[in-house]
Amino acid sequence: MSLVIHNLHARVVGGQQILRGLNLEIEKGSVHAIMGPNGSGKSTLSKVIAGHPDYEVTAGEVLLDGVNVLGMEPDARSRAGLFLAFQYPVEIPGVSNANFIRAALQARLAAGEELEATEYYGDLYKEMDRLEIPRNFTARSVNEGFSGGEKKRNEVLQMAMLKPAYAILDETDSGLDIDALKVVSAGVNALRGPNLGVLVITHYQRLLDYITPDVVHVLVGGRIVRSAGPELALELEAKGYDWIRDELSEAALAAEPVLA
Amino acid sequence: MSESLLQAPLAAEPFPNQPDWFRDARQQAALRFDALPRPSRTDEAWRFSNLRAFDPQDFTPARPVGLELTDSLLPLSLGADSHAGSLVFANDKLVARTRSAVSEQGVLWMSLEEAVAQHPALVQRYFMQSDSLFGSAKHLALHQASVRTGTFLYVPKGVHVEAPLQSFHWLAGSGQAVFPHTLLIAEEGSSVTFVDWFKAHNDARNLACGVHDLHVGAGAQVHYVSVQDWSRQTVALHSNTTVVGAGAKAVHLSLHLGGSFARSESVSHLRGPGARSEMLAATVADGAQEFDQRTLQDHGSPDTSSDLLYKNALYNEAKTIVAGLIRVAPHAHRTDAYQKVRNLVLSAEAEAVSLPGLEILADQVRCSHGATTGEINREELFYMQARGISESDAYRLITYGFLNEVIERLPENSLRVRLQDSLQARLQGH
Ligand SMILES: Nc1ncnc2c1ncn2[C@@H]1O[C@H](COP(=O)(O)OP(=O)(O)O)[C@@H](O)[C@H]1O
Ligand SMILES: [Mg+2]
Repeated sequence: MSLVIHNLHARVVGGQQILRGLNLEIEKGSVHAIMGPNGSGKSTLSKVIAGHPDYEVTAGEVLLDGVNVLGMEPDARSRAGLFLAFQYPVEIPGVSNANFIRAALQARLAAGEELEATEYYGDLYKEMDRLEIPRNFTARSVNEGFSGGEKKRNEVLQMAMLKPAYAILDETDSGLDIDALKVVSAGVNALRGPNLGVLVITHYQRLLDYITPDVVHVLVGGRIVRSAGPELALELEAKGYDWIRDELSEAALAAEPVLA
Repeated sequence: MSESLLQAPLAAEPFPNQPDWFRDARQQAALRFDALPRPSRTDEAWRFSNLRAFDPQDFTPARPVGLELTDSLLPLSLGADSHAGSLVFANDKLVARTRSAVSEQGVLWMSLEEAVAQHPALVQRYFMQSDSLFGSAKHLALHQASVRTGTFLYVPKGVHVEAPLQSFHWLAGSGQAVFPHTLLIAEEGSSVTFVDWFKAHNDARNLACGVHDLHVGAGAQVHYVSVQDWSRQTVALHSNTTVVGAGAKAVHLSLHLGGSFARSESVSHLRGPGARSEMLAATVADGAQEFDQRTLQDHGSPDTSSDLLYKNALYNEAKTIVAGLIRVAPHAHRTDAYQKVRNLVLSAEAEAVSLPGLEILADQVRCSHGATTGEINREELFYMQARGISESDAYRLITYGFLNEVIERLPENSLRVRLQDSLQARLQGH
């Protein structure tokens, strides 16, 4: 049981090639981290996996427990067990958080089945308490007027409520002060277990002090250029990304011809 | 044609004990209705409007509904959970009212015909005191000549009515015309929330021609909500005049859901320093519906403020028009007037027309107006889909949120919830 990304090539629709043969396997129960310099394609990877219409896959596949998800609509991928915590969560005016999360859960039920309201609010409040989110949050519009920290907590809250099989957390640490980082990390750690595979995307090593990964990958130029244990993150922190760039041969970094 | 609108209303006399002035005014209105030309598209106030939508002669004054039908309508006339009293009308006849404690506070809460009989002086002072500012004199005349009932709500000085009061106007049958009237007077320092629910029993072509006037005394606070949920084939003409006194605040929220051609006119006269008016509307337009909305923010005193927010969601070949004028009189210095129209267009065939206007004759005035027309935001859509919500559900939820932002401006929770239910029900199937 794993999320397999195999030889993934993707570009902006009608534009620049960003992912150039990316390989990764996230087993259920494991936590992988991807680090990489700005602009290396980390968010693009997460959005391509989730099915964002800005990108087109030019080669490769993404297998969720053996099922290729690339032909599926984004909502079907989510219901199949994929979760993406956005680097920049979107504001949805006029739709309350409670209403939004309920709609997401309702979408997972069979036609005609209704979510049980008391049970729903019981679960919601439990997860909110864990993430130290105040109760008035439920009535506020999704992410509207939220601080950076509130937005990231909201992403983790949604993840907790939707109980995915695989979760990709795109820079869930950015914009968080140390206290918020601890709360959010504890929230993620509480969800760790044999039924969840996690891919943590981060620019900084700091997050990995709180969410300890099993494997660390380095993404440069649209592909994974190095994979190792957690010590790799520390090495990157100490030496910066230039070190890796320098070590890689010209050949390894050479861009593949962009498909016309 | 003995049953045409022109002859019938005075024949079936609904006002027992009416004073002479009242009968005379109605007779004169009937003459005016005859004499006035039908509005033409060349009138500025009817630009872009679909004038061929109806001929008054196609309708007869609504006939009373049977007991059985009445009984079936009452359980559907619930409104907000926490209301302080309801009047229920069916085809322009009061058919039920709930017991209300507001009379103990000195509040007058009754049908228009009761008010004409019991409080003629009050009615005379406030009833149909304004001329049409939107080229609808003929429709106002039709209303005055034909009106048979409506709501009379008088809140004495300093009295606060905590929970909302509400009226239901049901329209049943086909080719029927109703003329619902609302006359709300809030005396100095009082406060009240009132809701008009306009509802259809069946899906047929009918006519509604209503007048809804609010008089907000100095320092008073009035929230007026109207839910226009007539049948999708009904021609609806609703005209509102709100007069706001010094330091007073009026909030008028309209939820427009029904009608084939629905014209709503709303003017706020800000008379007295510190007067404030909030004009809010949320419209769902689909099929071939046309919603024609005309507004005036009339600043007649210094230090007054107004805030208009009209939102339209358009499907299919629907059309909306919002023509909004801000007028600032020469001495109305330090006016603060805001106007925003937002259209969410969900179909390439739909048409949203925005016609903002400014007429500013004073100094130190802050006025801003803007109209935007857009489609569903793709990032919002993807975010929802990434949570497992289907594309069509996401469209509906985003549209709901877009309009719900208007409803959220109401402070009263149980009323908000009821309006949200109505909105949600209306969006089902899209
Ligand atoms: N939708 C898009 N349109 C145009 N360029 C894009 C788009 N998405 C990503 N890019 C470009 O692709 C590169 C990788 O971006 P991104 O995946 O956001 O990087 P990272 O998350 O690693 O910082 C950047 O050069 C960025 O400008
Ligand atoms: Mg990024």
